[in-house]
Amino acid sequence: MIPSPAAIRAATEWLSARARWHPLEMLFWLAAFAAIFVLPDQHLILTEIAWLGLFALSLDLILGYAGIISLGHAAFLGLGAYTAALLAKFHIVDEPVLALLCGGFVAMAVGFVTSFLVLRGSDLTRLMVTLGVALILAEIANRNGWLTGGADGLQGVDIKPVLGLFPFDLAGHTGYTYCLIVLFILFLLARRLVNSPFGLSLLSVKSNPLRALAIGISVDTRLVIIYTISAFYAGVAGALVAQTTAFASLDLFSFDRSADLLLVLIIGGAGYLYGGLIGAIIFKFMQDYLSALTPQYWPFWIGLVLVVLVLVGRERITSWTTPIRRLAARLDWRTTAHLTAPSTEEPGH
Amino acid sequence: MITILVDGIAYGMLLFVLAAGLAVTLGLMNFVNLAHGAFAMAGGYVTVVLVNRVGIPFFAGLPIAFLVSAAIGFVFERTLYVHVYSKNPLDQVLFTIGLVFMSVAAVDYVMGSSQVFVQIPNYLKGQFDVFGISIGRYRLLIIVLCGLLTVALQFILAKTRFGSRLRAAVDDSRVARGLGINVNWIFALTFAFGSGLAGLGGALGAEILGLDPTFPLKFMIYFLIVVTVGGTSSITGPFLASLLLGICDVAGKYYVPSLGAFVIYTIMIVVLIWRPQGLFSRVGSR
Repeated sequence: MIPSPAAIRAATEWLSARARWHPLEMLFWLAAFAAIFVLPDQHLILTEIAWLGLFALSLDLILGYAGIISLGHAAFLGLGAYTAALLAKFHIVDEPVLALLCGGFVAMAVGFVTSFLVLRGSDLTRLMVTLGVALILAEIANRNGWLTGGADGLQGVDIKPVLGLFPFDLAGHTGYTYCLIVLFILFLLARRLVNSPFGLSLLSVKSNPLRALAIGISVDTRLVIIYTISAFYAGVAGALVAQTTAFASLDLFSFDRSADLLLVLIIGGAGYLYGGLIGAIIFKFMQDYLSALTPQYWPFWIGLVLVVLVLVGRERITSWTTPIRRLAARLDWRTTAHLTAPSTEEPGH
Repeated sequence: MITILVDGIAYGMLLFVLAAGLAVTLGLMNFVNLAHGAFAMAGGYVTVVLVNRVGIPFFAGLPIAFLVSAAIGFVFERTLYVHVYSKNPLDQVLFTIGLVFMSVAAVDYVMGSSQVFVQIPNYLKGQFDVFGISIGRYRLLIIVLCGLLTVALQFILAKTRFGSRLRAAVDDSRVARGLGINVNWIFALTFAFGSGLAGLGGALGAEILGLDPTFPLKFMIYFLIVVTVGGTSSITGPFLASLLLGICDVAGKYYVPSLGAFVIYTIMIVVLIWRPQGLFSRVGSR
């Protein structure tokens, strides 16, 4: 059945209204870029926030938009990091941006292969498989000490200037600017992706796979695509870690990383792209503060936050954003009255 | 060769006792309890404190480990877990990971981060020589004890009234409720019993597996392998899966040490691809 031209127009308008930039979004990115000049002392922690935000964004793509729970997303972080670090160490690819892309593509290739494992079975099977893949990769890195440095980590990595122009410095000025630009570009791509018809079809797969299948969406293909893209994002985040710290360690593959990542995304809220970024900001400052008090027992506080989050209810916790959203709606100068007409059901028909 | 087999069987039996509770709770409430290892760790540390510091005999320590872990399990189930059953899998995963992290840090704070051992009695150390094959006494004890436990579990499940109620609740909890079975109560008891078994396993295994605060994280994957490979519809599935895992792991580490832990992870992934519902599950039973 071919939809009527009016329905197509309504759907297109609805999609483009969804994709329009909100003033608060612009403010967010302006603030992030202003921090390059305004907060030069904080660039080290801001660098960490930037790559953690990118990492959480990659998880958001599969968890928030496709409903895949992963306990082993650190696999791709580690892959990207080791790829970038090894390329730099052995002077195969000296230019960081190219090495960054290589890291992303290696993670993407592994993500593509393992995505077929993720398609199978229930949530429990997915947890197991993602966890298993991360453990296997960590074990591979651990066993091949001649290449990866084993448990000591990969040392002696010399990162050349970005584009041959901007050398990395100890205070993290280049690092932050570099990470932020990468994050921004990948964020724009992700934003484009989730606001496209493809992104909408993903959401339908997430909320009801059976019905999505029934209306002619090929569920498996979409899950493979988004998982592969997500792996690319995580790989790039890993490459950023390796390049800004000039180091890669087994810890990048660890289960704690994957679990922390879930927490980061949950604090910020999944399924609207900014959750990971906001979560990364809150998480890093919380970690900075709490681990200064008791460095060894920091996992306890992560655990406590997770337990409380679940017991109180995630919806109730993230409802702190409601007043902000209301304010956001009022701030919005665009008249969207005639665009809100089609219901969320409309594009599906 | 036989020695490795015996070691593997002992290891597998131990894994079964550790993971049996998880299999039942997973089958009963469809609840992914990643914190199961924390109860095992509790049992292990209780035994270490009682035997090494207070000085009570090893065999008196084991039942106490069981009781303490069961009590902790019961309290946690009634106060915390009960709120999480109806939530989605993501919440359950977050919640139980949170518990794991808290238990790891708390034990680290109280007991220190170094590995601890239980002082087992002298007559359990050393080895037997049977027809030229040396078998560790402690390993033999584990096999005998865990074998008895398995038989007892099977008996409880198959022959007693509680067992038939439990099986009814696992098969279809709504209908079981409709027949007047108090499923919540059965679940609380089973959870406590499963935690107790885990505690006992932790106490027995402290000598072989090693006990330190990261125990729940290190063995989480093993428990999950047992449960997913064995399926949750019976007790024999996890039992066979534990034996398989134990023998493969020990043999793999002995014959091809360079591969290390790959053997079991690879087996797990192959099994999950081949039979996503578990190796021994009755296909299409649901």
